[in-house]
Amino acid sequence: MDKRVSSVSYLSQSEAVRERFARLKARDVILDVRNLTKVFSARGKETTALKDISFATHRREFLCVIGPSGCGKSTLIRILAGLEAQTSGDVLLDGKPVVGPGRDRGMVFQTYTLFPWLTVKKNVMYGLEVNNAGKSEAEAQALQWLDLVGLSKFADSYPYQLSGGMKQRVAIVRALANQPRILLMDEPFGALDAQTRTRMQAHLLEIWRKIDITIIFITHDLDEAIFLADRILVLKPHPGEVIEMIEVPVPRPRHESQVTSEEFLATRQRLDELIHSRADGHAADEDEDAGMHAALARLTDVTDNVE
Amino acid sequence: MERAKLFMIRAPLTPTSRTLFAVLSFVLPVLVWCAVSYVPWIWHPMVLVSDPGSVSYFKIGMRVPRETFDREAATAKAKGAAVSAGAPANPVYLPAPDQVLTAFYTAFTTPPQTRDGKWLHESLWHSVQIIFWGFLISSLIGVPLGILCGAYSGFARTTEPFTEFFRYLPAPAFGALAVAILGIYDGPKIAIIVIGTLFQQILIIANTTRTLDYPLVEAALTLGTKRVQMLPRIVSPAVLPAIFRDQRILLGWAWTYLIVAELIGTSSGITWFITQQARYQNFPNVYAAIIIIGILGLTTDLALAFLGKRLFTWDRTGETR
Repeated sequence: MDKRVSSVSYLSQSEAVRERFARLKARDVILDVRNLTKVFSARGKETTALKDISFATHRREFLCVIGPSGCGKSTLIRILAGLEAQTSGDVLLDGKPVVGPGRDRGMVFQTYTLFPWLTVKKNVMYGLEVNNAGKSEAEAQALQWLDLVGLSKFADSYPYQLSGGMKQRVAIVRALANQPRILLMDEPFGALDAQTRTRMQAHLLEIWRKIDITIIFITHDLDEAIFLADRILVLKPHPGEVIEMIEVPVPRPRHESQVTSEEFLATRQRLDELIHSRADGHAADEDEDAGMHAALARLTDVTDNVE
Repeated sequence: MERAKLFMIRAPLTPTSRTLFAVLSFVLPVLVWCAVSYVPWIWHPMVLVSDPGSVSYFKIGMRVPRETFDREAATAKAKGAAVSAGAPANPVYLPAPDQVLTAFYTAFTTPPQTRDGKWLHESLWHSVQIIFWGFLISSLIGVPLGILCGAYSGFARTTEPFTEFFRYLPAPAFGALAVAILGIYDGPKIAIIVIGTLFQQILIIANTTRTLDYPLVEAALTLGTKRVQMLPRIVSPAVLPAIFRDQRILLGWAWTYLIVAELIGTSSGITWFITQQARYQNFPNVYAAIIIIGILGLTTDLALAFLGKRLFTWDRTGETR
């Protein structure tokens, strides 16, 4: 983690970046979330997971949602996917309210959810088949999609024969094959090792560039969010609320070398401020850690120093 | 090093030692049996009379308890009469391995003792048919119902409490009822196997279906799967290998109900053969018949295991054992 204080503000955008954002905002709104609230009640106790969340995404935008554990970011994306119902508020896709899950919103999960009994190709064909596409048509499309992520060779393999990164690539194209309006991704690279994760981020941007898709991407990795996103929606926990919508000033196309650029560091610094040093935020894991060091007595000779 | 590995928790075995241990698991019980049969000072509570001597009621080839033999021998010695002779022997109901081995051959070559009697292979074939129909009928009801219970909570609540109750009713208790309803031939026998298997089957298949990885269902939903498609396209294929494994275990249970089932109405099949042979004190044949049931069961299970491996190549659970 680079703690250098950046000389530029995350708010200052170059001319090109400002123009990009102007074009982005001129595009149609795909997903409009209005005053979304979710209250869980268990054993007579009510917990507000999400409170009054409002935001909108434009066509072909890449939006990252970030926040510490307990901020309800997974609940948010599950509501968007229709897997859970909100307590109040609206989710509008192309102006129409979302009811239940549907093929217009594709989803990639953190856990591997490829159907293990189907081959890679059949997995990609699945969505088309349940939506009444012809078998040969579905197969032709599936092969094209696999080609896009460089997995044509594995068309007839079973999921257990793939690595974690490959599984998620298939999961992405399986969702995209349905030609959804929006792709929802719930920490899809969370289970991958650091190197694979970096490669997957580049892959994802490549796919996003090539096709007409809007992406909402949940992560708790700040660098991942800055690297991928046009805008970052920052949530705070207990209850989950929007604290800021950040426009990422890092120009596109993105490249790994930008991680040390002024804009990147400035954004990173802002996110650190928002997420790690909030006095009122009081994340649950901080509570858990309290008192840990005090209770730990020194068990070695005082002269036997490791630092 | 080898020994250290042997006692490591769940340490995998080499192919050679896997085979070796599997062979041992059969050889060890047989060795115990051999020891009891062939080593004169292990057990052998009887004496096989080879020379009656002066004891009037002893006959050649007769088995008498050792105390009786010793007492008679002591009395004869005291009287100065001829002392009887004999060798230590086991009771007639424990034949030696070689006798049973011979019976394996002779049981198939000996014609039935009565005119309406059946050959061993005919009896066996009849038993296999009873098992087959019983298990098939049970599975045709139990598997779909189990999957439905595992998939839909409402279904589970209306089916499972009663099933839980019914499975505690011992299947043989329905024998008389089954005969009254279905007659004295194969009908009630098949019914007993169905009653013995079905209720366990529903509950086991339901529980297996509940192990379905729920994120797969959610993924299917986001891909636009309709409700009616969920069972055939997601739930069933996902749990099929596990259900196949359950079915193998349940088939074994069906076999355990066979003997009781075949005693109901007119005795038939392998049970009839065993009771007939026992009546004539033909114990090697009894053992041979019992072992044949075991062999039949094990080969069926191995064949099904092999079939399962071929059918579900994608299934990675239970890889090493």
